[in-house]
Amino acid sequence: MEEEVITACGSDMMSDVLAYVKDQSLLLTGLVNPQIVRTAEMMDMHCIVLVRGKTPDDTILKLAEQKDITVLSSPYRMFTACGLLYSNGLRGGCDVS
Amino acid sequence: MSMLELKYIVPGDDFTRAGEASGDVKHKLKKIGYNPDAIRRVSIAMYEGEINMVIHAGGGEAEVNIDPDRVEILLIDHGPGIADVEKAMQAGFSTAPDNVRSLGFGAGMGLPNMKKYSDEMYIETEVGKGSTVRMIVYAQR
Ligand SMILES: Nc1ncnc2c1ncn2[C@@H]1O[C@H](COP(=O)(O)OP(=O)(O)OP(=O)(O)O)[C@@H](O)[C@H]1O
Ligand SMILES: [Mg+2]
Repeated sequence: MEEEVITACGSDMMSDVLAYVKDQSLLLTGLVNPQIVRTAEMMDMHCIVLVRGKTPDDTILKLAEQKDITVLSSPYRMFTACGLLYSNGLRGGCDVS
Repeated sequence: MSMLELKYIVPGDDFTRAGEASGDVKHKLKKIGYNPDAIRRVSIAMYEGEINMVIHAGGGEAEVNIDPDRVEILLIDHGPGIADVEKAMQAGFSTAPDNVRSLGFGAGMGLPNMKKYSDEMYIETEVGKGSTVRMIVYAQR
């Protein structure tokens, strides 16, 4: 992964990611199916972090490789994973409205 | 005749493949150097529509006509149709069952999002027959 990630977004609902994400480049999610990769692709996001220690299956990994999207796995729950990234400088970039 | 005419079958029984057509359109638009903002709007609007065809209508067909100044997206299905389009267009309205929600969809945000990202959107639908969604995205907004 050579892209620099500045903003992130956490959600288990791809509907919400598609509706509310602006230009965040990292997606944190507890959802594990190929649509997380498709959603990231459509939103031009470069990296997906699976929370709660979830691991991607082969279908997801293959698709992600094809779309040049990095998939990582974190043992932390959503709140903690987001908090860790936030306290290390990542921001939400979401509109408050 | 458009500069580039694309046609896809969107299978209704394979959730894994939902979004394949939209992904291919995105790839092709990038390759021809289309305006990145328009590519993003086409991608999101078409992907929402493609997902809708898969989760609500048992699949369908997609036709995409690309011209230098605009992209036309046609999503044609032979599903149950939409009884009340005005209601369906409201943010938060969804008839998606719980199993769809557990897949990460069904918040009732798709149609409003398609309206937001396209420049023109038309829905033709008949209960029991199916729906056709036509969207136009201009290269320059
Ligand atoms: N192609 C379609 N065929 C039949 N009904 C549809 C179709 N597209 C949308 N609908 C109906 O319109 C409702 C609203 O659609 P919309 O895309 O806004 O939300 P959703 O698909 O339920 O959830 P989300 O898009 O947030 O994942 C759907 O719940 C469904 O009842
Ligand atoms: Mg939808």
